[in-house]
Amino acid sequence: MIRVGRKTWEDIVIDVVIYLSLIFLVVVTLYPFLNTLAVSFNDAMDSSRGGITLWPRKFTLYNYQTLLTRSQIYHATLVSAARTILSTCLGTFCTAMVAYIISRKEFVFRRLVSFIYVLTMYIDGGLVPTYFLMRSLGLVNSFWVYVVPGLVSAFNLIVIRTYIAGLSDSYVESARIDGAGEFTIFLRIILPLCKPVLATIALFIAVDNWNAWFDTFLYNSANAQLSTLQYELMKVLQSANTMSGSLLQALSRAAAGTTNTVTPRAIRATMTIIVSVPIVVVYPFLQRYFVHGLTLGGIKE
Amino acid sequence: MTTSASAVQRKTFWHRVKQQKVLILMTIPFLVHVIIFRYVPIWGWLMAFQNYWPGKSILQQTWVGFENFRLLFNDPVFYQVLRNTLAMSVIKLVMGTVASIVLALMLNEVRIMWFKKSVQTISYLPHFISWVVAANLVRDALSTDGGIINEVLMSLRIIKEPIMFLGIPTLFWWIIGISHVWKEVGWGAIIYLAAIAAIDPTLYESAMIDGAGRLKQIWYITLPSIRPTISVLLIMNLGWVLSAGFEQQYLLQNGRVIDYARVFTIYELDYGIKMMRYSFATAVGIFRSVVSLILVFSANQLAKRWGQERLV
Repeated sequence: MIRVGRKTWEDIVIDVVIYLSLIFLVVVTLYPFLNTLAVSFNDAMDSSRGGITLWPRKFTLYNYQTLLTRSQIYHATLVSAARTILSTCLGTFCTAMVAYIISRKEFVFRRLVSFIYVLTMYIDGGLVPTYFLMRSLGLVNSFWVYVVPGLVSAFNLIVIRTYIAGLSDSYVESARIDGAGEFTIFLRIILPLCKPVLATIALFIAVDNWNAWFDTFLYNSANAQLSTLQYELMKVLQSANTMSGSLLQALSRAAAGTTNTVTPRAIRATMTIIVSVPIVVVYPFLQRYFVHGLTLGGIKE
Repeated sequence: MTTSASAVQRKTFWHRVKQQKVLILMTIPFLVHVIIFRYVPIWGWLMAFQNYWPGKSILQQTWVGFENFRLLFNDPVFYQVLRNTLAMSVIKLVMGTVASIVLALMLNEVRIMWFKKSVQTISYLPHFISWVVAANLVRDALSTDGGIINEVLMSLRIIKEPIMFLGIPTLFWWIIGISHVWKEVGWGAIIYLAAIAAIDPTLYESAMIDGAGRLKQIWYITLPSIRPTISVLLIMNLGWVLSAGFEQQYLLQNGRVIDYARVFTIYELDYGIKMMRYSFATAVGIFRSVVSLILVFSANQLAKRWGQERLV
């Protein structure tokens, strides 16, 4: 909007309202994170007296020490990291390959293959049939249930396909004249040209995988070796009121007898920080890719 | 079409298949993958018409016809679930849309670029954290011992005693709505900001010559210009009203509010899987999936009739 001349009273009032509202939004968004951060670095018994806002009152690293020395948490972090890295690499590559295939205008089964994928956005078999399928494929109590089923998502596929459709055909044509095969064209020409959109998709997949807990809950809750960080946090959250969670009990027992103590609140705060730190740290640098991807996929969600 | 013409077409079809055999070979593993993981479970829908008992194969089960659906439609809890799902979907849709549009309009008025950028960056952040983390933050903010909401309300002398917000059944839908806005408002605003950026600036110039102030410009130019975007997004989301989200409700619910928190996936878990009523749970899944599909395609038709871009 273009504005010329002096500010009227209307302008001033509007500006004040807008700036105040936006500052309010920033405060409301950040406060819960900062408060949790403060609680995680504060002495647990002291926190339960209340009144912790943005800064720890009795600074301690004890909450982190207690949690990070639990092999359960350490192991869950490894599993979460492994699934995120594997899913991101494999998922991005496979989605790009299918996107390349269905972006080729002369491909005979182009519409059929696109339709088969797009339909998956609207129907799913439901919890029970999917669970039975995973079980008969041997994916229950298996690490691979985190990676294999979600390899190609229809939404990401459409985003990459839209991007490839916007590239000039001449790249593919000239490569074909030079005698390049389909796979070479994909690997050597399409993939490098798609770098911006692939970065976006990789980030979407990575965030989804890091944040997932329901698949652990459904398929791998019987096997502690395959637990993920989000699932551990979810268990702590669910048992916070009753103190029945095994981790909470174990931690309270471990803390009993020492001068230091942890409380459910402190454990939850500390775990929340451990779980969100990777995203909060990585996020500002990658923000432009996220936004880029949303406008790329546009309304064609 | 004459027979000779279709014969020619068939010939070119096989010719093209042969020519494109590498592309087709590249497709096969992915097709097998998507069919196994996304379409084979639909074969499992047969279970809904059986009295499924683990240990036997799906074709050896007792067939019961529509018995499971009869049970479902006679279950009062089902109507409760339907009510909760629809209510929370509509609350989230309306609150989310209004908040995102208002935020986009406000950001568009900000002239200090670093301020605009910082607000945007901060407002997207909650979109990328998991609901597990968000539910923890919501729970802490609403807690009775030192939760910020109670503290603020008490220091403003609006309430005397801390209120256990998450224990009040009638508040649950609104907590879901507000926490949805908290998490998604910034992300939702992106698409409206993009639509606003595409508006022809000469419209504002002529409005200003006509003496329209900023509020009038927003009301008569900005809002009408982004109306197509708003209606497409609304229609599109209407198709998803039966999937009101699950993680959010599951993670924030507790025994006291469960009658208002139970949505379809929770129903499938608690009344199906946990009670080993696998066939019943499958029937619930089918109901949800089929109604969603109908809604999505009607929404799509509606969008088409309104001359908007097709969504599917």
